[in-house]
Amino acid sequence: MKIEAHGITKKFGDFTALNNVDLQVPPGQLVALLGPSGSGKTTLLRVIAGLESADRGEVLYGEDNVTGLSAKERNVGFVFQHYALFSHMTIFENIAFGLRVRKWKNGAVRERVRELLKLIQLESLEKRYPSQLSGGQRQRVALARSLAPQPKVLLLDEPFGALDAKVRQELRRWLRRLHDEIHMTSVFVTHDQEEAFEVADLVVVMNQGRIEQIGSPDAIFAHPANAFVMSFLGNVNVFHGRVQNGRAEVGGFEVPYPEHPHAEPQQATAYVRPHELDVDRVSHGEGSLPTRVLRIARSGPLVKLSLMAFDEQIPLEVELDHQRDHDLELKIGDEVYVYPHQVRVFVEET
Amino acid sequence: MSETTLPIRNEATTDPLWVRVLLTGLALAFLAIFLLVPLGIVFTEAFKKGLQVYLASIVEPDALAAIRLTLLTALIAVPLNMLFGLAAAWAIARFEFRGKAILTTLIDLPFAVSPVIAGLIFVLVFGAGGPLWTWLQAHHLKVIFATPGIVLATMFVTFPFVARELISFMQAQGAQEEEAAVVLGASGWQMFRRVTLPNIKWGLLYGVILCNARAMGEFGAVSVVSGHIRGMTNTIPLQVEILYNEYQFAASFAVASLLALLALVTLLIKKFIEHRAHLQLLESQKPLPSGDVS
Repeated sequence: MKIEAHGITKKFGDFTALNNVDLQVPPGQLVALLGPSGSGKTTLLRVIAGLESADRGEVLYGEDNVTGLSAKERNVGFVFQHYALFSHMTIFENIAFGLRVRKWKNGAVRERVRELLKLIQLESLEKRYPSQLSGGQRQRVALARSLAPQPKVLLLDEPFGALDAKVRQELRRWLRRLHDEIHMTSVFVTHDQEEAFEVADLVVVMNQGRIEQIGSPDAIFAHPANAFVMSFLGNVNVFHGRVQNGRAEVGGFEVPYPEHPHAEPQQATAYVRPHELDVDRVSHGEGSLPTRVLRIARSGPLVKLSLMAFDEQIPLEVELDHQRDHDLELKIGDEVYVYPHQVRVFVEET
Repeated sequence: MSETTLPIRNEATTDPLWVRVLLTGLALAFLAIFLLVPLGIVFTEAFKKGLQVYLASIVEPDALAAIRLTLLTALIAVPLNMLFGLAAAWAIARFEFRGKAILTTLIDLPFAVSPVIAGLIFVLVFGAGGPLWTWLQAHHLKVIFATPGIVLATMFVTFPFVARELISFMQAQGAQEEEAAVVLGASGWQMFRRVTLPNIKWGLLYGVILCNARAMGEFGAVSVVSGHIRGMTNTIPLQVEILYNEYQFAASFAVASLLALLALVTLLIKKFIEHRAHLQLLESQKPLPSGDVS
């Protein structure tokens, strides 16, 4: 079932958490709401769930307008960041809660709970209490509990936020596999771009109560819509400069910029990812920048170079593969030329 | 999973021996002077003339009437204050609304107002010449110098106990479990009964116990509205005072010993509940054990 949100606006006092947001979640997809804290992603999720009511706008599940329905009536599965398991109930009773309040018969409850315990691979722990479980186990119980009443959609608020790195990794892969099995329309909130890109079919990048870009992980990574998306998606080198006569001059590089053919110059910023820069010992002409090597880190899958551009005193981060590094025989203090494979120029809005 | 931690003596913040002995000694001396000695005296005085006199003083009709009135007052005031406390704590801990700060302050008002003034307010409102006097007369209702006045005064004085206890308890626990219950399809009542109440039960009980102790022991406010009619509008504390003023020391202390016993029992229950409430709060806020996804 698809989820739609139209023109959602939500204010908390003077703070605008959501500013006229439109969102469409295609049926059966796993969608990530990605953004920094305060971007409105959790508020949007809570509005969709009915835990928060929007000042303006509508929420639709499929063809049904659920704007006026309470969270209780919407039949959604919701997983809270801190699990919110009922601490005085066993794991079994936690998962059974949504069924008991719907007056399921005991036998049916037992059958459904066992089925879910099997799904989350915690069959042996049904008599335990939440405080006796590890973080990862609690989060899986929270997921099973939300799935028990067979909700129409599944909403997850920073589902892995409180877990340590290793458990996080395992759990998000598990969530992806689970989603591939049950194919329920799901939305999850995260501030971790790696998490969003690894798990989601569709990523929604949010900032300051607005949606900046919606697209598949590949599309967003390859074609970030604006400067915010580009810089939020991770480590980038930033160059300031201007565009004029179809060319962009940014931080010592000059690249074509046909979008601005006019003679009057305009402020612009260029973004280049570390792996989109290459280095050489000789100059490649106009597009290359003389720099000095400050640091070399060879421990990861890629060699990370920290460089300083001579003219502009701009610090640069570059990632090379080990072979290239080996061929160049780089040392700290070496003078090298940097040239970009790809530069993304965003003209600053005035 | 061991929860015990060894007490660690931190050299930097440990005072010299003589300071520790002095402070501990002071605390114990205070405890003795203000608690143990008076308690001892209550019981020795009560039994001074023998068990016979003690029992006779308690089953004396006026004393029995005072006990009955005190129990009745507590039986009405405590449950009503429990309901009020629940409602107020719920509103304050779970919702944002205009005037919340004022409401929170108002709840504490009875603590700030002298009980005698509180009693006087009721006399002025319900007594002869008060705004409700003619209406009450016309319907043959008696509030002041009668049981309703005593109940009202007691309720006023004791109403912060449950609310205050619950507000901090509920704020500390947060609303997430309740939100989870609602999303899972629970009605307001189902959420309250199956999630909220089990979570706050120890905090609630704690407030009720304190409220009850104060309701039974209240003197000032009740003294003003009661009129001291023997066998009719005297509660236990008032009865104690009357007997004492009439130099019936043994009888006075015998009745007083009932209140002292109540205090001791209250303390015991309070200690037990505090322990449980603390455990429950810890449970709900327990940090995650870092660990494997087995």
